[in-house]
Amino acid sequence: MTELIELSAIEQAALIREKKISSVELLEATLTQIEKVDGRPGSLAPYVEQPEDLEKVHAFLLITREHAMAKAKEVDRKISSGEPVGPLAGVPYSAKDVYCTKGIQTTAASRILEGWKPSYSSTVIEKMDQADAVLIGKVNLDEFTFGGTTETTAYKPTVRNPWSYNRVPGGSSGGSAAAVSSCEGAISLGTDTGGSIREPAAFTGIVGLKPTYGRVSRYGVIPFASSMDTIGPLTRTVSDSALVLKEIAGFDPRDNCTVRVPVDDYLFDLQKGIEGMRIGISPDYLKITYLDDQGNYATAPVDPEIEASVWKAAEVLRALGAEIIEDVPMSNTKYSVPAYFVISRIEAYSNLQRYDGLKYGHSTQQSVKDMYDLYYKSRGEGFGYQAKLRLLTGMFASQEKFYEKYYRRAQRARALMRRDFDEAFDPNGQYRLDGILTPSTPSPAFRFGDAVASDSLLIQFADQFTTPMNFAGTPGISFPCGISQEGLPIGLQITGYDYCESKILRTAYAYEQATKDADWRKMKPAALR
Amino acid sequence: MMEYIATIGLETHIQLNTNTKAFCSCKADSWGDVPNTNICPICTGQPGALPSTNQAMVEKALMLCLAINADINMDSFFDRKNYMYADLPGGYQVTQNDRSIGRGGYLDFLMDDGREVRCHIHNLHMEEDAGKTKNEGDIRLIDMNRCGVPLVEMVTMPDLHSADEAATYLTRLRQLLRWLGISEANMERAHLRCDANVSISPKESNELGKKCEIKNINSIEAVRTAINFEIERQIREINAGRKIEQWTIEWDNDTQELRKMRSKETAADYRYFREPNLMPVHISEEFLESVKLKMPELPIRRRERFINELGLPAYDASVLTTEREISDFFENACKIYNGDNKRVSNWMMNEVLRVMNETGCTVSELKITVRDLADIIQMVDQKTINTTTGKNLVDMVQKTGKRPKLLVEEQGLGLVSDDAAIRDISAKIVSSNPKEATSYQNGKESLIGWFVGQVMREMRGKADPEKAKEILLELLKKN
Repeated sequence: MTELIELSAIEQAALIREKKISSVELLEATLTQIEKVDGRPGSLAPYVEQPEDLEKVHAFLLITREHAMAKAKEVDRKISSGEPVGPLAGVPYSAKDVYCTKGIQTTAASRILEGWKPSYSSTVIEKMDQADAVLIGKVNLDEFTFGGTTETTAYKPTVRNPWSYNRVPGGSSGGSAAAVSSCEGAISLGTDTGGSIREPAAFTGIVGLKPTYGRVSRYGVIPFASSMDTIGPLTRTVSDSALVLKEIAGFDPRDNCTVRVPVDDYLFDLQKGIEGMRIGISPDYLKITYLDDQGNYATAPVDPEIEASVWKAAEVLRALGAEIIEDVPMSNTKYSVPAYFVISRIEAYSNLQRYDGLKYGHSTQQSVKDMYDLYYKSRGEGFGYQAKLRLLTGMFASQEKFYEKYYRRAQRARALMRRDFDEAFDPNGQYRLDGILTPSTPSPAFRFGDAVASDSLLIQFADQFTTPMNFAGTPGISFPCGISQEGLPIGLQITGYDYCESKILRTAYAYEQATKDADWRKMKPAALR
Repeated sequence: MMEYIATIGLETHIQLNTNTKAFCSCKADSWGDVPNTNICPICTGQPGALPSTNQAMVEKALMLCLAINADINMDSFFDRKNYMYADLPGGYQVTQNDRSIGRGGYLDFLMDDGREVRCHIHNLHMEEDAGKTKNEGDIRLIDMNRCGVPLVEMVTMPDLHSADEAATYLTRLRQLLRWLGISEANMERAHLRCDANVSISPKESNELGKKCEIKNINSIEAVRTAINFEIERQIREINAGRKIEQWTIEWDNDTQELRKMRSKETAADYRYFREPNLMPVHISEEFLESVKLKMPELPIRRRERFINELGLPAYDASVLTTEREISDFFENACKIYNGDNKRVSNWMMNEVLRVMNETGCTVSELKITVRDLADIIQMVDQKTINTTTGKNLVDMVQKTGKRPKLLVEEQGLGLVSDDAAIRDISAKIVSSNPKEATSYQNGKESLIGWFVGQVMREMRGKADPEKAKEILLELLKKN
């Protein structure tokens, strides 16, 4: 039998329900795995790299051992006394440290929230608790989710890619991706504002689901850009993502942007297959579009291995009965990065205004002249470089005199982008798609430091294929489709129309089942070898 | 000397009397509560907390829009007004900037001299209140109870031309808000706050002068005084050959003085943008219709109807439409009484309003009911009791809560119209007051009233005074 920790959440839950193992047993196995591979947790203390740090994952900021043990025992008690239990009974999971957890330190990986313990839990944490999942800890991320590598965290050491320790795990849900990929729990909850679930999932060879905006409550999750923030799972299998989504989705009176659209039975629907589904491929998602030095649009190809994997996957889906529609225009994709930049920076700047050193978190120890001096010093000490950069760009772009030039224009670009999706998925339109197959990222995971040091377009535009869905509000799932010649995972994305998570999960599942015996699936991350 | 005309525009902040705050479920009205007790993660700006729009706020704002004939935006938006201050825990205020729930409209009102004034409204929007800051020495204390309390900001056009007009506008606005039941509109408790923009220009000029803004005016009397002071100040400045500068001025109610706060504001950049956490405020046709159905007849319409249909004098109609409850009470009493409405109006104004004044109670706290009032007037009409007894009955009902007919019965207050009883007492009074009787017979006929009074006193008010007078006239003539 495969080791317990390597099983999917569904398999783990089944063993517990069938009383073949106890929840406590599974928890202990998971904690042992964390001890084995995770190394020291990220901390605010001055960071001095130790040789042993280089071969560890460092996904976790905090292990909630006692809390988890109490929950695991409760689940075991319920099962032994024949009480009903939730679908995730006894399954250990971690949460990106932007999920507020009542009475448990929540950091957003920023010094500015030092010592803060929320008085409430986010809706999704409550729902996971109702499903009887066991929260084992909080995982690292880019500070306030600002980044795609987890390097901007104030808590060092930062997370390493379990496949190759000198590579980034992606971000901002880098801790989540690394934890799941190295079997420190079968599930981690992440957030995705521009690709922060899908990119790290692709970089670590796992499944990452970004649901439709409004499908899952954001209440109690520290925001980045509120009009694009989404909440979703990272798992090793598609069915696990389907199961978690079912548990966390739905209307929440505490989040005005959630909707009363019924939640599908995603897990059940997986079995329906993809016969007759129309899957599109767009040339606009097979190249990088950017502004050159002269301010003209220029293009660059994606990594050839990645483009090849898109076509290979298309063949697999075709063989399963899907119809592949090539040359679907998504011509406004090129506006995505600059327009996303403007809107996300403006919302981020405004969302950061509440951290003032007065109410919670870090407050300066220096003497201060007045209230504004207190703000200045506390925020100066509390925010990291990337947070300050986003604050300043956001403040700049949101000036009243630039309203038309930046914010309004970006909103118009957003509407155009949205129209691309509306047309592609229009059931009476030319394309009538059920999904679009794209690369998740233009390249596999890159090396530490490259995000700022390298001038590679593939790195600078790492989120070009993921931000459009945040802009449009549509769902997307990244799933593994191979291993590069360098031994790094490659991820593909299926995006669908609003609230069509069921269809994209089905597609990813069909692919997963069709390739389950592929050689590359037998390869394991370094952390598991 | 040059004659000047003043031009005034008012910015009012109206605290809506919803049960809960604008975007969370904390209690909205914290008057008298310990600081920082009506707060939650949402209104104190905790990370990750999200706002949800209170429908009651939208409904009440919509009622005000309808009452002032504003154009209603069926889809309006909330925006963030970004600035950092200790009493603004989120770092931005949620308000409506460029697409608010109501635009335009007007409020008509009557001045004391009967002149009708129409004040146009520029815009009406919903927003959340900030907290309260109190400075104690070096320490700044913040009370977040007020954070997130729902407000409507209503801004007038520069249509008012005297302190009196501004004060009357506010009086009428306060009346309207209470009439609609959407705000307690108590200025002392800051349910209704007012800033005034004041400028003057030569009477024949078409151009507006430079305006100054007076802040922090917390009563209607203060509005009148502060605006008058400011108009006088501006005239003095111009007459002294100086120019008016655009100032922001604070009204100090303790010293009754205007104090300059700052020169022309360095325009703050609030970096407005859409609040992404809230969906647009969509008003469906059904919702609009349901709110329209709830709208009461407005005071100015009801006043007209009282004059034209119930035949009241203008003065009575004004007094009886100051409060919706008073006017409902009056009109219901008229329906039951079913006679001369002016007679009900007199009893209403002289007795019921007097009792309310004396006891400090509101209409809803009155023990006297609409039927009680109608019964009392009818008993007086039918001479079951006299007018004085009727008036006393109003007080007695209010004191005891018993029905007037029961009180008349219990305490034997009914008029004695038995000839014999009155005749006995009258004879006794005439015989024991020979001096007065002689005076009367010698021509001082006005003494008849005195005699009637004596009889009434002897009979403790129960005699029918008409009957007593008749008998006394007869007895005095005989002598």
